[in-house]
Amino acid sequence: MARAAVLGRLALTPVRWQLGDVAGLVEETPRVKTVELDLREWPGHKAGQHVDVRLTAEDGYQAQRSYSIASAPEDERLAITVERLDDGEVSPYLAEELMVGDKLELRGPIGGYFAWDTDEGGPLLLLGGGSGVVPLMSMLRHRAARGSEVPTRLLYSARSLDDVIYREELERLAGDDNLDVLYTLTRSHPPGWTGYARRVDDEMLREVAFREGLAFVCGPTRFVEAVADGLVAVGYGPERVKTERFGPTGG
Amino acid sequence: MEEEDLKLDGNAAAGLFRELFTFELTTARGRCDNCGAVAEVGAVMAYSNAPGVVLRCPQCQNVLMRVAGNGGRYWLDVRGITWLEIHA
Repeated sequence: MARAAVLGRLALTPVRWQLGDVAGLVEETPRVKTVELDLREWPGHKAGQHVDVRLTAEDGYQAQRSYSIASAPEDERLAITVERLDDGEVSPYLAEELMVGDKLELRGPIGGYFAWDTDEGGPLLLLGGGSGVVPLMSMLRHRAARGSEVPTRLLYSARSLDDVIYREELERLAGDDNLDVLYTLTRSHPPGWTGYARRVDDEMLREVAFREGLAFVCGPTRFVEAVADGLVAVGYGPERVKTERFGPTGG
Repeated sequence: MEEEDLKLDGNAAAGLFRELFTFELTTARGRCDNCGAVAEVGAVMAYSNAPGVVLRCPQCQNVLMRVAGNGGRYWLDVRGITWLEIHA
């Protein structure tokens, strides 16, 4: 009921291109940057939604990409987190050239399928691969802002500990008794590492799975395919699994 | 790059759909006209490495919908869908 009301309200708001002011830049990892924006017109969003960003070159050429919203609906500024892809058309600009005070053209919020609200309850299983953690972070921030006690588990697959985005904040959030934050490091891990150190597999999914509630899976296409199939294999019905794949044109 | 890497979710077409519809199409449920599978539009397969976006049934690969356009003029082919259930 509450969900229908929220979507209904969002759906009636036209989504227009607008220029946001870049108000803050946060270097999350050497390859990943968060862009904080002040917007004149923002109807509010649901955790998990994205924005479309459009760059226009002097000759009029335009390139458009979608970026997940990283901030909670409750946060003052809208934030997106961008991973720089070396052969990308948009991400190198956002991650390297954009400065505080610049304008950025965007529209949103977009989407409603890969979205979660505390009113929808749980338990909530979040599975992120690489920068696929971004929309899941919006959900965790939203959950914390609301003081929600929904049992929640994040399994975050990263190449190494240095590639983990939002690491300090995740450690802080994990102080909540109802939230587990688990990492699996697929390429390298520090000496004495006691967490997972392999690609997500069915055994790992069996350990993190809940008997009920939704699972949100976000990451590169192959990660999402493997995890979504694995979840079904360990007992999640397909209707409990929501996915968002990053394509090769994500840059 | 392999074909598998090009696969996205229907959610990837959400921005394009919002240019055309006043409701959120990715949370609408649709029936595949070929195999009868019912899924939310956000959950079906999407390919955007073409002018516009092609949505396919995750069960039988049938082309559900093709949408292309930018700004003033759009082409919408929905022949692969029997019906859409929309939550307005």
